[in-house]
Amino acid sequence: MTVRLMQGNEACAEGAIAAGMRFFAGYPITPSTEIAEALAERLPQVGGKFIQMEDEIASMAAIIGASLAGVKSMTATSGPGFSLKQENLGFASFCEVPCVVVNVQRAGPSTGLPTSPAQGDVMQARWGTHGDHPIIALCPWSVREAFDLTVESFNLSEALRIPVILLTDEVVGHMRERVELPPAGELTLIDRKRPDGPRESYVPFRAGSDGVPLMADFGAGYRYHVTGLTHDEHGFPVSAGPVAGALLERLHAKLERRRDDLDRVATLEMEDAEFAVFAYGGAARSAAAAVRLARAEGLRAGLFRPQVIWPFPDRSVSRLAGKVRGVLTVEMNLGQLHAEVQRVVCGRVPVVHFGRVDGELPSPRDILAALKEVARSG
Amino acid sequence: MGDFRRLYRHHKLPTIWCPGCGHGIVLGAVLRAVDEAGLDQDKTCVVSGIGCASRAPGYIDFDTLHTTHGRALAFATGLKLAKPELKVIVVTGDGDCAAIGGNHLIHAARRNIELTTVVFNNNVYGMTSGQYSPMTPAGKLASTAPYGNLERSFDLCELVRAAGGTYVARSTAYHARLLKDLIVRGLTHKGFAFIEALTQCPTYYGRRNRLGAAPDMLAWFKENSVTIQAADKLPPEQLAGKMTLGELHSSEAPEYTEEYAKLTARIRGDV
Repeated sequence: MTVRLMQGNEACAEGAIAAGMRFFAGYPITPSTEIAEALAERLPQVGGKFIQMEDEIASMAAIIGASLAGVKSMTATSGPGFSLKQENLGFASFCEVPCVVVNVQRAGPSTGLPTSPAQGDVMQARWGTHGDHPIIALCPWSVREAFDLTVESFNLSEALRIPVILLTDEVVGHMRERVELPPAGELTLIDRKRPDGPRESYVPFRAGSDGVPLMADFGAGYRYHVTGLTHDEHGFPVSAGPVAGALLERLHAKLERRRDDLDRVATLEMEDAEFAVFAYGGAARSAAAAVRLARAEGLRAGLFRPQVIWPFPDRSVSRLAGKVRGVLTVEMNLGQLHAEVQRVVCGRVPVVHFGRVDGELPSPRDILAALKEVARSG
Repeated sequence: MGDFRRLYRHHKLPTIWCPGCGHGIVLGAVLRAVDEAGLDQDKTCVVSGIGCASRAPGYIDFDTLHTTHGRALAFATGLKLAKPELKVIVVTGDGDCAAIGGNHLIHAARRNIELTTVVFNNNVYGMTSGQYSPMTPAGKLASTAPYGNLERSFDLCELVRAAGGTYVARSTAYHARLLKDLIVRGLTHKGFAFIEALTQCPTYYGRRNRLGAAPDMLAWFKENSVTIQAADKLPPEQLAGKMTLGELHSSEAPEYTEEYAKLTARIRGDV
């Protein structure tokens, strides 16, 4: 067990190395740059490759190329760069190329407040690229969790052949904490399933029972085609029709099949809670403090903190609605997941939003005040 | 060496290309070159972007990657750096590599990463029905230049050379044998190799500019070009308006993936 004082971005870089990531392409952008800096140093030490590309678009493209070569790959960015990566992110989703995209969120829109935290890219993480597409997004709230969820991002991406977004924020990225990292041997690591049969019987986009096709490395002798055009099981372009519809349905079904497993929520003081604070990432840290303050004042509050936000934890949120008298959603945005909570709660209990979009983390006192309002009306 | 035709995915033919299009000739030159260079079919990857030329990888039997518009070189850079033992060929068009992908082109050249890039330059956006590209000469007509193109075109070979590309060559669909020879040299070059292949688009560029049918456009390539060897002996007035064909530049410089391997060995204490 290694104990270190570490920054969230550093923990993400170490988590990626521990997960077996051996290719990183990036472009400097605040507040994610430390990830690239750490990996520029670390990757050659472990026989991996680091490249600083000419732009954000190119770095997203390069990690897809590297992943097709069979190497676990990652890029890291923040809002403006995340916008630029969207087209190629859609390519990875549609062509089922595993990869991890870290977005250390900063305040936007546009150039915004480069050094200030925000959670304004939650909906972009879900719907930023065009077309219906499957995507997974994870939100760590601590330095240790930045490590753990980076490892998990690779595992999910490799298992499902879906790009995974590690949606962190400036608070988590730049915060330093004392962390104990698990020894390499204790981690569960997942690799994509590769074909081992003859070339003639390999159908590159025909899925097995888990909905996920076997993925051959480029250069392994299978000689197959990958295209962002709508394609058949053999990977070649097809026109619209039953094949096109079936492809999209399979891409969604492979994620839907894992929906229960991906419903991952951490809780604090929820056993007897009458009121829940729904928060994730950096904002959840203040929310946890607010819950403790509330408890000290006799208000039975608890923290409900999704670690996976996409797919949205419908099942857990629905159960929550049957258990509490009110929900306060706390986000560093104007209500992006709030609307999702409302959708699932569906009027069963009041759902109130507390958001901050001035580049500051909401304070525990302010959250407590909002929580008391919910308690009064609930 | 065998019959280069073994390298097609025959069940995917015929191509989507229009009658008279020169892309089939250029693709044939690429495959003849792969065959002549003796590349391992299983270790050769072909990457493209978007456009008429970028549909080429679908028809040929390698690991093939048809990416997003303009980004072929960026995808190829990741593929090559991740697995340097692969031979990576990029096929792209003039819109794909000179307009939307221009930034990737100059940086791939600057890095001198070993990618063999063949640009199918037909002076027009064909897939979207004939808009002007950075390679459409000034004054020529296009669907988005109905009064004549106001913009000046690139000399792509000069651009790549200036950016640091270490092998730069040009040929045309008419000069198919020369084109094949130049691609062979590009494939065996250590570093970023760039081959511009002029090809005719009779459907959009040719028809709108009244350049005749495909044979007329091919004849135009013949009459308006001169090899670099011949150019050296001709007075400037006879070279005016003519394209120079052949190996325009070849030099040696450290190749990116080899430099990366050296760096890794150095910091890991292997040397």
